[in-house]
Amino acid sequence: MSGIYFDHAATTPVDSRVKETMLPYFDEYFGNPSSIHSFGQKAAEAVDRAREQVAKMLNCNIREVVFTSGATEANNIAIWGVVNRVNEILRQASAFTNVTAGRQDDNNRVGHFITTAIEHPAVRRVYQKLEKLGHEVTFVEVDDAGVIKFDQLKAAIKDNTVLVSVMYANNEVGSVNLIEQIGQLVAEKKQERQEGDLPLYFHTDAVQAINYLDTDVEKLQCDFLALSGHKIYGPKGIGVLYIRAGVKIDPPMQGGSHEWNIRPGTLNVPGIVGLGRAVELVQEEKQMRIDHVAELKKILIEELKEIEEIRIFSAEKNGLPNIVNVSFYRAEGESMLMMLDMDGIAISTGSACSSGALEPSHVLTAMGVEKEWTHGSIRISFGKDNTLGEVKDFVKKIKPIVNRLRDMAPEIK
Amino acid sequence: MQYSEKLMDHFKNPRNQGVIDDADAIGEKGNMKCGDIMKVYLKIHDDMIQDIKFETLGCAAAIATSSMLTDLAKGKTLDEALKIDKQDIVDELGGVPAPKFHCSVLAEAALKDAIEQYRAQK
Repeated sequence: MSGIYFDHAATTPVDSRVKETMLPYFDEYFGNPSSIHSFGQKAAEAVDRAREQVAKMLNCNIREVVFTSGATEANNIAIWGVVNRVNEILRQASAFTNVTAGRQDDNNRVGHFITTAIEHPAVRRVYQKLEKLGHEVTFVEVDDAGVIKFDQLKAAIKDNTVLVSVMYANNEVGSVNLIEQIGQLVAEKKQERQEGDLPLYFHTDAVQAINYLDTDVEKLQCDFLALSGHKIYGPKGIGVLYIRAGVKIDPPMQGGSHEWNIRPGTLNVPGIVGLGRAVELVQEEKQMRIDHVAELKKILIEELKEIEEIRIFSAEKNGLPNIVNVSFYRAEGESMLMMLDMDGIAISTGSACSSGALEPSHVLTAMGVEKEWTHGSIRISFGKDNTLGEVKDFVKKIKPIVNRLRDMAPEIK
Repeated sequence: MQYSEKLMDHFKNPRNQGVIDDADAIGEKGNMKCGDIMKVYLKIHDDMIQDIKFETLGCAAAIATSSMLTDLAKGKTLDEALKIDKQDIVDELGGVPAPKFHCSVLAEAALKDAIEQYRAQK
């Protein structure tokens, strides 16, 4: 498709090298990797190779890599897997009073969960559901840069806290949370737990982080990490859940014994092969990609600052190098999106009107941004193949669009 | 979410967009939930809407429903204009996606606000 694509936080094109690697696995090596015959074994070898590629990037064991249909499923397996397991522990504890799980205090007899106010719906909605089901969930606040308040998180951890879910990098504003620091905190809290206490785990949704940040799980000290293929120039419909060895969950889906009995279902072999290659390319080209998008981001922000009455919500230095979130006062996000689209430029918006739910972006709202500013926000997310010329073209086109919308709009009282 | 061709036309080429400096009545409504604002200016003679203009801060559907409303109201008597229903605006645009229906509510309400203010000051 022709046009300028600035929406890489939504999805990326499949890298041609990734596509080439995948193609033979649709019709030539089409076997089911669970089959013992050579058709199956050929596919199984490819899956093993991809698992090694992922394990290498995460610095983990291949036994800790679970292929899923994407990050939404990976996040769901992690959270529901812990919920189910904790429910079982508590059920047994109430049957056998000598077990002190959750302590004797009646208030502590349910699992407590901690997450943040800025999670992607793939995590946020799961926790909203858990709340409805009677679980206790704490949503930790973020500062005005969209980074979670560490001290608030620290203070929130209790004896019955079983899972802490903090996204690595935010998809709307690109803010980066201090995952290493949080991992260290949770590790220390785990040390305080005794035999018979509830487990405590740390989970991070790393979807937006994979391209640009350090994903060594030993450094991050996370127990679960979710990632997705289609955000890293791999195919859609494939993702990974990293589960640290020794972590016990009760998986939500039942079926075959695929993926270490965690995720049943015939493996998506072409997807897995593609993800493996995409992960390999991320590692080879990471610094080059970072430098490239960071340069585009720097230039875009310089140019945008020439426009009056704008605010930039993405961090210039400590955030993801590819995301620019900018708001134009008295110009609505979806209208800008549509007009840019007519000019052949694809961006995204967090404004209320595009979501269908009519609620302004929960991320910007959590950052304390006023409604008249969330209303005019758009997200530009660069990818490895964008060019400086495209950035210049965007700037040339956004200016008259903003002027036109401002001419149409009444004054805000 | 798909917009009709007609809606896109009104978004790209809004009718009666602008301000009437010596307006006889001005109506304004804001949608608290999504943040859209619409302002309607009327020039009235013999209880008839001679001229109408709008200013809207909002999404494509908000702009298109505003534009369509002004098309429907122009040349009508105040009583006729008060009968313009949000559904009429939506129908004339060839439908709007369900989550955008409230935009037509905004347009209808802004016009009613203007007419009510005009009658109140007389």
